[in-house]
Amino acid sequence: MNTFQKPKASNQIDSTSRRDLIAKGLVLGGGVALSAASSPIWAQDNSPIKIGHLTPMTGFLGALGEYAAQGIKMAADEINATGGVLGRKLEIMSEDSVSPQVAATKAQRMIERDNVAFLMGEISSASALTISQVAGRNKKLFINVGSRSDVLRGKDCSHYTFHVDIPVTVMVNAVGQALVRDNMVKGKKIFGVTADYLFGHDLSKAAKKFWIDNGGIWLGEDLVPTDGADFSPYLLKIRQAKPDLVASNLAGNQVTNFVKQYSEFGLPYPMVGFNLNTADAWAAGEGNLGGIWPTVWHHELQTPGSKTFVANFTKRYNRVPENHAWIEYVSLRILVQAINATKSTDTEKIIAYFESQAEFDILKSRKAYFRSWDHQLMQEAYPFTVKAKGTYKEKWDFLKFGEAVPASNQSLELLATAKADNTCKM
Amino acid sequence: MQLVFLLEQVVNGLVLGGYYLLLALGLSLIFSVGGVVNLAHGAFYAIGAYVSLEVIKRFGFGPSIVVTPLIVGMIGILFERLLLRRFYKSDPILSLLVTFGLAMVVEQGLRMLWGAAPLPSNMPAELKGNVILGEFLFSKYRLFILGFVFVVMTGIWVLLNKTSFGLVVKAGVQKPDMLAVLGVRLQPYMTSIVALGVSTAALGGVLFGPITTVHPAMGTEIMTVAFVVVVIGGLGSFWGVVLAAILVGVVRGITIHFQPTAGEASMYILMFVVLMLFPRGLLGERIERLE
Repeated sequence: MNTFQKPKASNQIDSTSRRDLIAKGLVLGGGVALSAASSPIWAQDNSPIKIGHLTPMTGFLGALGEYAAQGIKMAADEINATGGVLGRKLEIMSEDSVSPQVAATKAQRMIERDNVAFLMGEISSASALTISQVAGRNKKLFINVGSRSDVLRGKDCSHYTFHVDIPVTVMVNAVGQALVRDNMVKGKKIFGVTADYLFGHDLSKAAKKFWIDNGGIWLGEDLVPTDGADFSPYLLKIRQAKPDLVASNLAGNQVTNFVKQYSEFGLPYPMVGFNLNTADAWAAGEGNLGGIWPTVWHHELQTPGSKTFVANFTKRYNRVPENHAWIEYVSLRILVQAINATKSTDTEKIIAYFESQAEFDILKSRKAYFRSWDHQLMQEAYPFTVKAKGTYKEKWDFLKFGEAVPASNQSLELLATAKADNTCKM
Repeated sequence: MQLVFLLEQVVNGLVLGGYYLLLALGLSLIFSVGGVVNLAHGAFYAIGAYVSLEVIKRFGFGPSIVVTPLIVGMIGILFERLLLRRFYKSDPILSLLVTFGLAMVVEQGLRMLWGAAPLPSNMPAELKGNVILGEFLFSKYRLFILGFVFVVMTGIWVLLNKTSFGLVVKAGVQKPDMLAVLGVRLQPYMTSIVALGVSTAALGGVLFGPITTVHPAMGTEIMTVAFVVVVIGGLGSFWGVVLAAILVGVVRGITIHFQPTAGEASMYILMFVVLMLFPRGLLGERIERLE
């Protein structure tokens, strides 16, 4: 602070430094007092572990977000009922993430003002990206539970972010081989409709690569804004393009609306796609849906863990859980396992535990683990098709789920992006 | 060939315009007569869709087209009597706040009653599929909607232009004070206009539910479009709203043909251009007390 002052007489220098000393002492003293207030000895407590949970509860992904919030709430209540974690309760603060900008603001506020220990959630890839950036700047752990864009695990990967849901590459690979086998790709003219935001663009890129690699002819695609509900002009354009196959790269309730109106217009070309959540399939209603789709989990999975989860969820919320309910439920349990194992809520210790590729029970036949270099959870996926009319009783019942992929004797990394093809650098 | 494709989009836009019309006309009527922008108009559309699900479950699709608008019309009467009536003469900001708040309460109410998950709503199997006329492909169901909207609109036109009811309403738009001097109470007319307006919105919900899905936020989504149509058409004019609804539908179709990403933005650009050229909207009348 004296850089610009002229040289002074010795007594003046003395007095200045005395004043300096007092000032520094005050700052230091204040600092000590502050750090004492937040020191582990003071916080060694039964105060709850706060988790900031953001997910879209309105808009075109809102229906999925409601399942997500219910899933994590149920997991937290179960854990709290058995004494919590390290003797502390879990407190989930669930909020509507609304849009990428609002999501970032809320994440920042949760860290600064609400003092959350971790951030979790999301379904929208665009919002997950902005939350991941906030988490990185604040050195907080963010578990991206439900968004699937490849770039989150690739170009935009982060030391502080882990990903639970299957990425688009896995979605494409999970049903791609079935399409090739059924002679749906080679030599076929393919026209795409794509959600006009981060996830749609990313899925389109992965899907287009798959079509072209397997001998399909790419006619082009239309980008569809996520706020429109009427697809009729796009359907007319599809008819004008005269494709052999229509490929959907849509998201959330877009898929439902598209599938319904496609069936309404009675276009003759088969439709395929790689993204359909079971809630959106249920909403499409019977008689409108066909084809083969991938999913990360389904409620008919016959493992003891899944059966218990489905029974408890159905009892509590009076409806069958959707894949986003399941994934939030297991994600919180994954975090709790890490806190218990490290006996800590320290961000770096939890990250180190995840990166050790520790295994987690996610209610499937095989255990899952985070890949250390791109933070992606390695797990089984499942294809599903639609039952023929008249062979099912209720609306939850019209989807037919296939065997897990990769098969039990194959590596869980079989369908995922190989390290050589991934641009992730942490 | 390009021209045929474009023409197909234009015709499809007409069909879509018919559906926008169902929502915009009621909004315009309530605004013109009561001077209230009913931001809860979309909520009645959503209520219509949800009520129709319950009616369809019990009585089928046909009865639902008649019964649902009647039920929602009655809710509309309560809405006008208990709430809206207090705000005709007050600062417009109050009625904006009240109807905006009501829209949010209804959306959350629907979410609590039926859940956030979109509910499937199916059209009758006979109306599914397409009709091909020459080069053009039409959805059977949408042709049905268009025909139905035509009938309803004709009815409303006759009501407003060929009956004494319509005369009073038209006079009420321009000279409410003169009507009062003549000893005509405008209140029962206003109640009828609100009931008519929200029941046409509910009819929109009944007819459009099977095309999309029924979900709590559907009212908010459609509200913007309805509002844009009213602004483009201009206040107080039946034909202005009809013209604007068709225009918005057609412009959207043409835009998507050339630039699919701009589909939803096209109507705002249209509104911008129209307001630059016609500040009162296309066929808007000069309404003294609203100027």
